[in-house]
Amino acid sequence: MLLAVRKFLASKWAKVFVFLLSSVPLLLLVWRGFRGDLTANPVEFLQHQTGDWTLRFLIFTLCITPFRKLLNLPELIRFRRMLGLFAFFYVGLHFLTYLGPDQSFNVAGMLKDVAKRPFITVGFAAFVLLIPMAITSTAGWIRRLGGKRWQVLHRSIYICAILGVIHYYWLVKSDIRKPLFYGMLVGILLIWRLAAWFGRPKAPAVAHSVPVRPS
Amino acid sequence: MLIKQASALADITPKEVYFNRRNFLRGLGIAGAATVVGERFSSLLSPPTTAFAGTKLTTIKSNYRVDEKISSENDVTHYNNFYEFGSDKGDPAKNAQNFRTSPWVVSVEGEVKTPRKFSMDEILTLAPLEERIYRHRCVERWSIVVPWIGYSLGTVLKLVEPTPKAKYVAFESFYDPKQMPQAKYTGLAYPYVEGLRLDEAMHPLALLCVGMYGETLPNQDGAPVRMVIPWKYGYKSIKSIVKIRLQSSEPPTSWNRQAPNEYGFYSNVNPNVDHPRWSQATERRLGEIFMHKTLMFNGYSDQVASLYSGMDLKKFH
Repeated sequence: MLLAVRKFLASKWAKVFVFLLSSVPLLLLVWRGFRGDLTANPVEFLQHQTGDWTLRFLIFTLCITPFRKLLNLPELIRFRRMLGLFAFFYVGLHFLTYLGPDQSFNVAGMLKDVAKRPFITVGFAAFVLLIPMAITSTAGWIRRLGGKRWQVLHRSIYICAILGVIHYYWLVKSDIRKPLFYGMLVGILLIWRLAAWFGRPKAPAVAHSVPVRPS
Repeated sequence: MLIKQASALADITPKEVYFNRRNFLRGLGIAGAATVVGERFSSLLSPPTTAFAGTKLTTIKSNYRVDEKISSENDVTHYNNFYEFGSDKGDPAKNAQNFRTSPWVVSVEGEVKTPRKFSMDEILTLAPLEERIYRHRCVERWSIVVPWIGYSLGTVLKLVEPTPKAKYVAFESFYDPKQMPQAKYTGLAYPYVEGLRLDEAMHPLALLCVGMYGETLPNQDGAPVRMVIPWKYGYKSIKSIVKIRLQSSEPPTSWNRQAPNEYGFYSNVNPNVDHPRWSQATERRLGEIFMHKTLMFNGYSDQVASLYSGMDLKKFH
């Protein structure tokens, strides 16, 4: 059984499968759009949906390393980049629903809004922070930056996830269950990393060849 | 169960037939054999003697009507902030279906000479029902244009004769945790309460509302009786009212209690005073994509600005 799972995870079909699965939220929105079924306030609905999916994909991405270790499934690493890029894809849509319908594509007005509204400031910061990660997600960029520096850059996903949760928490009026739920998941995933980092095997003083700590 | 079937029927059945069926169902329950005869006969009883959602109301024309495109009825009945039934906009339409709005009594009390409990039948017949087309602006920056049905709250207030001590009007919504199990998750304290200064409450625009789109109020829109105060943010227009109390001190209001820096007692629509988290300069009409400018007092400055002359509207937001 485990062998079959690992074999599938290592196959090229697994990537196709994860890609298709990750596209389902988009396809559903498009389908609902064609049916005129985007609620009485389609703009807000799309904003909320794309925002939700951004947070979910950030969380999926952050799940890869703990699951890899805890389930002893090293093959999971193959999907991390794709999931991260889907998070970026959905946040891009999320941003467009704000820049377009909310701000009428007026960039100057948008920047003023970003500076003035704390909940938009943090959301926008998270979006901007994701851009260099998306750009440098290729093998070529890992080589150019060097593994160590690349990894440091890509740890900013921790900050993005935290900012994303704050962005959501500050948006809602009084029913804070959903932002708290996302916050809890992000919290668990980050605390696991802290624990793993403190519990890592001590490096022998001479060598730099110890395995890099979980990211 | 029967009621549910009837509303499912509404989707596919011509309105006349569907109303006959509704009346038939109602006849089984309370009104007796008379209404079984159907729509033609029950219209003679107009305004109806029971306040079920979806009962046709006879109205007179009112001068209070904005000349703007009326929002789709489906939007207005499926996109609601009625936190007792859940905080998602789609929740009330789903969760309020079996909300019991009959029998219903509204108690008008406090600093009045003749405190009185009004039955819904009395409320429906105290004054001619007017159809008024108002703009309605939510603090969340969406807006609608709705043909409400009702009459000025002042009609009722005059009837109970406020004493000289009466300076404010406190409103209270119905609350039943059994019928509204979602309420406890929404972060607000219940019952929902709202308030107005007496002169605001006496303003002819302040509507005691019993219907919309030609019919009694749907449950999710605040059946059987609510307020509509068109120059204030939507949450001031309290739904499903059971108590109206006149008093000398400013009453607490639900959203103000929840976040005093964000929601003031007055909550007049004001494009120049931003919500701490977002601009109030623009709004989105349901059914539209782009935002347009929000008007001072939601476009009712000529009628209501004098209520606030000399007041710092930033301080008293």
